[in-house]
Amino acid sequence: MEPITFASALANLSSMAPEIWQACRETALMLGIGLFTAILLGGPLGIILYLSQPGQLFANRVVNGVLGWLVNLVRSFPFIILMVSLVPLTRVLVGSTIGPIAAAVPLSFAAIPYFARLVEQTLREIPRGVVEAAEAMGASPLQIIVKVLLNEARSGLISSLTILTISFLSYSAVAGVVGGGGIGDLAIRYGYYRFQTDVMVAMVLLLVVIVQIIQFAGNRLAAHLDKR
Amino acid sequence: MIHLQNIRKRFRRPEGGWFDAVRDTSLSIAPGEVFGLIGFSGAGKSTLLRLINLLERPDAGAVIVDGQDLTSLAPRELRRARQNLGMVFQQFNLLANRTVADNVAFPLEIAGWSRADIEQRVAECLEVVGLQDRANHYPAQLSGGQKQRVGIARALAPRPKVILADEPTSALDPKTTQSILDCLKDINARFGVTVVIVTHEMHVVRSICHRAAVLDAGEVVEVVDVAEGQVDARSELARSLLEAA
Ligand SMILES: Nc1ncnc2c1ncn2[C@@H]1O[C@H](COP(=O)(O)OP(=O)(O)O)[C@@H](O)[C@H]1O
Ligand SMILES: [Mg+2]
Repeated sequence: MEPITFASALANLSSMAPEIWQACRETALMLGIGLFTAILLGGPLGIILYLSQPGQLFANRVVNGVLGWLVNLVRSFPFIILMVSLVPLTRVLVGSTIGPIAAAVPLSFAAIPYFARLVEQTLREIPRGVVEAAEAMGASPLQIIVKVLLNEARSGLISSLTILTISFLSYSAVAGVVGGGGIGDLAIRYGYYRFQTDVMVAMVLLLVVIVQIIQFAGNRLAAHLDKR
Repeated sequence: MIHLQNIRKRFRRPEGGWFDAVRDTSLSIAPGEVFGLIGFSGAGKSTLLRLINLLERPDAGAVIVDGQDLTSLAPRELRRARQNLGMVFQQFNLLANRTVADNVAFPLEIAGWSRADIEQRVAECLEVVGLQDRANHYPAQLSGGQKQRVGIARALAPRPKVILADEPTSALDPKTTQSILDCLKDINARFGVTVVIVTHEMHVVRSICHRAAVLDAGEVVEVVDVAEGQVDARSELARSLLEAA
């Protein structure tokens, strides 16, 4: 094998630009679907977990216990095992088990309880007195959730979403290798199976840059929203 | 305006058993009155105050506010009734992510006021507490006294008949305390709002209350009249509180 020079690597990578672009789109799709479901289902789940705690608005031992147990159950599966066990469900939902959309099924499944816990924890930081003040003013439960809990926790929620995004960028690489495609998959296919180390390094660098950008944007937005 | 009839409230002790925070208490507060609830720490003052707007539900007895027994109301009716009862807290409990103006607007949004009405009412209330120039600040940018003024403006906004205040000056220095008390006094005098104020300081009672209930171990020991800053106390406890001041 020829030694890799900077020039040869650059030439190689630029010839692969369409494939790299395709991989980026696949990663974005997997991540996008995963995050969307996490927010749509994990968010409300986190709110219910919080509100059903003892001393909260809808304190309910049974609901809190059962949901907490379910969340822990899903979260205790190593991701790769969760993915394999969800193959039948993925086939039913998507009609196929390969491609970014199929990979998004286990990603979403893992992201829902993960985000739910993050939301629950973020909401716990709101002083009880603030919620009580809203109750004393005659706020309805929905008004308390939207105008008090979510609004007071908004900065923490953005930070949680940032953590979720970065964790699941890495999960999406695992999902990609098992037929989802994406940046991680490209790195493995070329870097590991075809010994094109330059492609692997470039893909890892790309992920590093993406993570830095997400974290930076998340921090900025969180700081902007935080008026405490 | 407020009639508490044979109210009882007990809490479960963490170590088991029950703790009587309020025992068989009856109390009547007249419209337009500034009424104090005074006693040592743990006497049950906050619990009694929170029973008035049903933040705590009594185990027995009736809570009649403005002719309505709150304990008999459905949740939706209770929320409506609460809009008639402003509340001010020791720790202010403002919404940190809302500006001063939006904090004062909050109870009006809840009550479904129109945007234009809210804007006008918020401006009025900020003027009452002297914070017009802080409308667009966030609570974190205010002093303790200013935060409590926002708390009072917020309580006043929906034109309540009653304001409940739980140690509203206990987190403040003496000078700020006096200005907050003056503010409450002013609101009572100008708008005829009934004020119920919890305190452990006789000074607060002397300075703004018309009458005050002296509480001990969940019971009203005595209801004292306050005239011209003079407290006419008979009970041992009231006298000791008086001397402590
Ligand atoms: N939610 C609660 N659960 C258990 N005990 C409580 C609760 N609220 C108050 N208590 C107890 O009731 C007693 C009276 O409390 P409180 O009304 O806050 O007194 P005060 O305001 O006069 O200091 C205290 O002993 C307190 O520990
Ligand atoms: Mg108290």
